[in-house]
Amino acid sequence: MGKTRIIAETGAGQHGVASATVAARFGLPCVVYMGATDVERQAPNVFRMKLLGAEVKPVTAGHGTLKDAMNEALRDWVTNVDDTYYLIGTAAGPHPYPEMVRDFQAVIGTEAKQQMLEAEGRLPDLVVAAVGGGSNAIGIFHPFLDDEGVKIVGVEAGGKGLQGDEHCASITAGSPGVLHGNRTYLLQDGDGQIKEGHSISAGLDYPGIGPEHSYLNDIGRVEYVPIMDHEALDAFQTLTRLEGIIPALEPSHALAEVIKRAPKMGKDEIILMNLSGRGDKDIFTVGKILGMGE
Amino acid sequence: MTARMDKRFADLKAEGRPALVTYFMGGDPDYETSLGIMKALPEAGSDVIELGMPFSDPMADGPAIQMAGQRALKGGQTLKKTLQLASDFRKTDDATPIVMMGYYNPIYVYGVEKFLDDALAAGIDGLIVVDLPPEMDDELCIPAIKKGINFIRLATPTTDEKRLPTVLRNTSGFVYYVSMTGITGSALPDPSLVSGAVKRIKQHTNLPVCVGFGVKTADHAKVIGSSADGVVVGTAIVNQVATSLTKDGKATADTVQAVATLVRGLSTGTRSARLVAAE
Repeated sequence: MGKTRIIAETGAGQHGVASATVAARFGLPCVVYMGATDVERQAPNVFRMKLLGAEVKPVTAGHGTLKDAMNEALRDWVTNVDDTYYLIGTAAGPHPYPEMVRDFQAVIGTEAKQQMLEAEGRLPDLVVAAVGGGSNAIGIFHPFLDDEGVKIVGVEAGGKGLQGDEHCASITAGSPGVLHGNRTYLLQDGDGQIKEGHSISAGLDYPGIGPEHSYLNDIGRVEYVPIMDHEALDAFQTLTRLEGIIPALEPSHALAEVIKRAPKMGKDEIILMNLSGRGDKDIFTVGKILGMGE
Repeated sequence: MTARMDKRFADLKAEGRPALVTYFMGGDPDYETSLGIMKALPEAGSDVIELGMPFSDPMADGPAIQMAGQRALKGGQTLKKTLQLASDFRKTDDATPIVMMGYYNPIYVYGVEKFLDDALAAGIDGLIVVDLPPEMDDELCIPAIKKGINFIRLATPTTDEKRLPTVLRNTSGFVYYVSMTGITGSALPDPSLVSGAVKRIKQHTNLPVCVGFGVKTADHAKVIGSSADGVVVGTAIVNQVATSLTKDGKATADTVQAVATLVRGLSTGTRSARLVAAE
């Protein structure tokens, strides 16, 4: 393609770190757009990106979250399209990005499926993942979509509850619209202005959702449910204490849903959950909320 | 398509000068002030008006127009009110073409058919919707053309020979050549590149070609106007509004006049363009 510069948007910072890593490996300059709110609450990932040589540009528009970072990255891209490749992180944006991101992320689903067959000799009964823009979720869902016996659940950020504007449950509580080059479920007002939304986790703090998720919802293949901030926080602590694994706040939403569903399932039924990120980036945010170390 | 648009460009051609196309944000900073601005534009020398529809996420716009949109939304502007602006303007001016410019989502949520009916009733002559590429023509472009509203498409330096026919296929009214890659409010590009690009586009279409992005002063307008059928000015006008406001973003007695003064200067620049070109 001849492009010599990489730009990316990031919410939680995972995609920013990945982009910075690949740019460092190939010696390309890398600029990562990140909402100012997220820069603050995901400081460890900001530090990682900077160590890897990337320039992190905080975006102060809106609430300073993923949507605003994406707007700014698109502006950079149209300005510098001659030499710049926009490495979109989430399964949204204009065609063919949602499809490309899905195919790349599907590595996790393909491997999980293979390992499941090796370990258990059969497919899981339930697959669960957290959904913001929806890249990790579409990646793990995709290889199971044609397996009719596998129930699939996407977990949206219910934030502080679906009644007000303090959530990011685009499918559960949004309506169809067009943003960032795709038609999907969005959080918006009656005039078609996009709302800011809220989630405790930066990676889920996006008022839209990848268009394929909207489709999977509409055809009834995947069920989308909300999990509130406090439920995710509980799950975060549960996994940390019981298993010694500190999960990121994003998959803590998926875990909260698993904790709800598992007791109602048979002992031999299998749940596959995508633990899509590590929680060391979130320990300061969580510590602050729980009043630890202050 | 609409009589107003065709007549305006035909008249300008007869006069032998390029059009001055002025953009302002509907509802910035409040309804009444922006109506005052809109009414002042033709008198100050604007030939075609671009009426900005504010959107929460204007990803093709620079900081100036982003902030203008935020001021308008804060002032309670909605798509319905932006249509109302056009209706109110039409009570005293039935000659100046109005092009609504913005993003698709507010129109989509309003309802395409209802929007087009209301736009026609409000005296709208054209639409520029930056986030609907030609591949999505069935969404709004074709329905608009069927109702008799122009759909004006943007061409850019990256629109190559292969892509240009696709971009121009359902374009009507005029072609908006974005003179550089980038967002609104960037610096003025090399004039020779612009005239070359206008010539290139004209090989593919008989429509007028208006050039925008980067035009801020009368001199810019003169330079660009020497090779284009129209000069589009947006960010400079929006900035003029911004600098006239109080600290908390309220309109002052100067707001409308500040815009009118700028547009008068731009108009002088545009009108002198062809004199230079003819030399």
